[in-house]
Amino acid sequence: MLTDLFHIAIFPGFLFLVISGFIAETIDRKMYARLQNRMGPPWFQPVADFLKLIGKEELYPCEADVPVVRLMPIVALTCVVTAFLYIPLSGVKALYSFEGDIIVIIYLLTIPTISYFLGGWYSRSVYSMLGAVRAIIQLFAYEVPLFLAILAPTILANTWSLSRMAEFYSQHPLLCCFNIIGFMISIISLMGKLEKTPFDIPEAETEIVAGSFTEYSGRMLALFKVSINVETIVGAALVAAVFLPFGFNSGWIIGSVSFVLKILFIIFLMTLIRTIVARLRIDQMIDLCWRFFAPFALLQVLINLLAKEFLSI
Amino acid sequence: MHDPHAGDVKVPVGPQHPALKEPESFLLTLRGEKITSVNIRLGYNHRGIEKACEERTYIQSMYIIERVCGICSHSHSTAFVQAVEEIAGLEIPKRAKHIRTLIAELERIHSHLLWLGVAGHEIGFDTLLMYTWRDREIVMDLLNAISGNRVNYGINTIGGVRRDISKVDYARILKDVDSLEERTKYYIELAKEEVTLHKRLSGVGMLSKENAIKYSAVGPTARASNVNYDVRKHDPYASYGELDFEVMLSDKCDVYGRTLVRVGELMEAYKMIRQLVKSMPEGDITVKAPRKIPAGEAISRYEAPRGEDVHYVRSNGTDKPERVKIRPPTLANLQAVSHMLEDRYLADMPIVIAAIDPCFSCTDRMISIDHGARKGAKTVDWDYLRAYGIEHYKKSGIDMDKLNRKFESRMSKVC
Repeated sequence: MLTDLFHIAIFPGFLFLVISGFIAETIDRKMYARLQNRMGPPWFQPVADFLKLIGKEELYPCEADVPVVRLMPIVALTCVVTAFLYIPLSGVKALYSFEGDIIVIIYLLTIPTISYFLGGWYSRSVYSMLGAVRAIIQLFAYEVPLFLAILAPTILANTWSLSRMAEFYSQHPLLCCFNIIGFMISIISLMGKLEKTPFDIPEAETEIVAGSFTEYSGRMLALFKVSINVETIVGAALVAAVFLPFGFNSGWIIGSVSFVLKILFIIFLMTLIRTIVARLRIDQMIDLCWRFFAPFALLQVLINLLAKEFLSI
Repeated sequence: MHDPHAGDVKVPVGPQHPALKEPESFLLTLRGEKITSVNIRLGYNHRGIEKACEERTYIQSMYIIERVCGICSHSHSTAFVQAVEEIAGLEIPKRAKHIRTLIAELERIHSHLLWLGVAGHEIGFDTLLMYTWRDREIVMDLLNAISGNRVNYGINTIGGVRRDISKVDYARILKDVDSLEERTKYYIELAKEEVTLHKRLSGVGMLSKENAIKYSAVGPTARASNVNYDVRKHDPYASYGELDFEVMLSDKCDVYGRTLVRVGELMEAYKMIRQLVKSMPEGDITVKAPRKIPAGEAISRYEAPRGEDVHYVRSNGTDKPERVKIRPPTLANLQAVSHMLEDRYLADMPIVIAAIDPCFSCTDRMISIDHGARKGAKTVDWDYLRAYGIEHYKKSGIDMDKLNRKFESRMSKVC
């Protein structure tokens, strides 16, 4: 009972995730700034922002459905924190695992987007409703390539449990070379999920102010920010566990170090991409996802099917 | 019955909105993500500058005019000064003309680099913003070294310019222009190669040549629609008649074309600055101007970074202008914006508005239309307004009388 509480509240649950989320945001912002020839904020900026927001007043439009609007950040945060419990960190074994947990993780990672939609929709402001609709449209665009790309490696591993998949790939590390297309697609789809440039369409500042979050303020906005940070970590950990199965079998020290390095690598890739591109339009985003990423993800599935057939694993 | 406007959403962009750097209202009607109509409302930034000029001497007015706009301050003051000089029949020294032209081109560089950054920001490409604004510092520092100010250079005076440029500055100008040219070449390459930039800019905000003429667009907006019109070339003022430069044109008719025209104009500006420094004549920088300008009127045209800027000045023989009228380029281009926005995506709205390089503080004028319906409405003059203001604040307990008297007595002691 106590260990369960420890797992949920401290490690690898809530506290660990929130802190690493702050660190991820610091690294992202600092790197973004350095790539743009700026100094960037000091290291404690995300924490300072969070503390400031917590102390602020909460204001909602009088037409808003306040209970739903206030519930949504909590739902989003809960879901991403829960998803993390099924992802293997330093060793091949996640805290909890069962056959099919990979579907549960992807499902839990979809809920934040739905909560952005509901939160924005029930704020009843023009900008947040437009942002909410855009978030949902975007969900339909990136979700299919993400699903296909994440599930393709399971064909080779012959399991839908993330822990067993990590075990399989760490025994056959060379097999992950087959999954490079899937890795690329999942990184880009993850950027769509996290609403980062070029897919920051639902919160495009110069068009619809802050999208779904326009009417949020105070604590609830802070919680949304935290849940996005945590989602960054969880998403990166998921991609790392599926596509980068290195360092799982060498004890917890090397395991932890390699876990951190993998997450940093993925965050760096995402920051690099968001530095060098402009925001797309929603129609261009859908075009890109369905015309390029979905077929390439299918190609990834095909490659894995053929590999399974010919390598007789 | 089915309502044809059932799915329409009205989105207010402005007067306060992150896409706009100045208050102005665009009321968009959306169906889905598509804009069906645009309603533009001006007047949130009205400062009564034209009226204020009538209450001040020509020299004082010049400084007010310079503050019409923070970016193209030199454009406005030069246009005004040219009009006044025309009425007074002053022929300014050649060196003064050269210095005016030099500052004008430096200003064009800083304005176009600023625009490039803003355009990047509007399409979510903040890296471009950071890069161009860093490079813009070079030209801002240069202007600071020449004129003493980064903006509002205060270089003009009636009858010439106030500050001379030394030999030391020549070397610095040439050096800085070289480094700016190198950076601009990089941006041209970037504009041609970056895929997402191309995707967001080309085909957006189409304005055909016919429509550009119909809506009387000016400046880079018109030139990107292949309208060969540039005051510098077709009605040369200052030293532009002696310079060898090309009018940048593009037949793309979209925002991408406008980007190419502006970046091309940057390259032309570097060329012109080199010519100006090389051919800088020796001599005086100012001629003596009379305090009272003889009665008359003049129109002065000037190619500001944003397009043709027109100033009209009428004098009545006193030391104050009787009427000053400014027609800034943004006002001419705004008509085209609502045409460019129709049937486009909401996502294109910021960049289409930004593509004319709008300057709303230049643009905002007020027209009062009296239908005779409002009873008790009257026109008030400056002194009445001043007295009314003092009275108003006294009522709410803010009394400056004592402070004013104290200040006056101190001033009289000093004098």
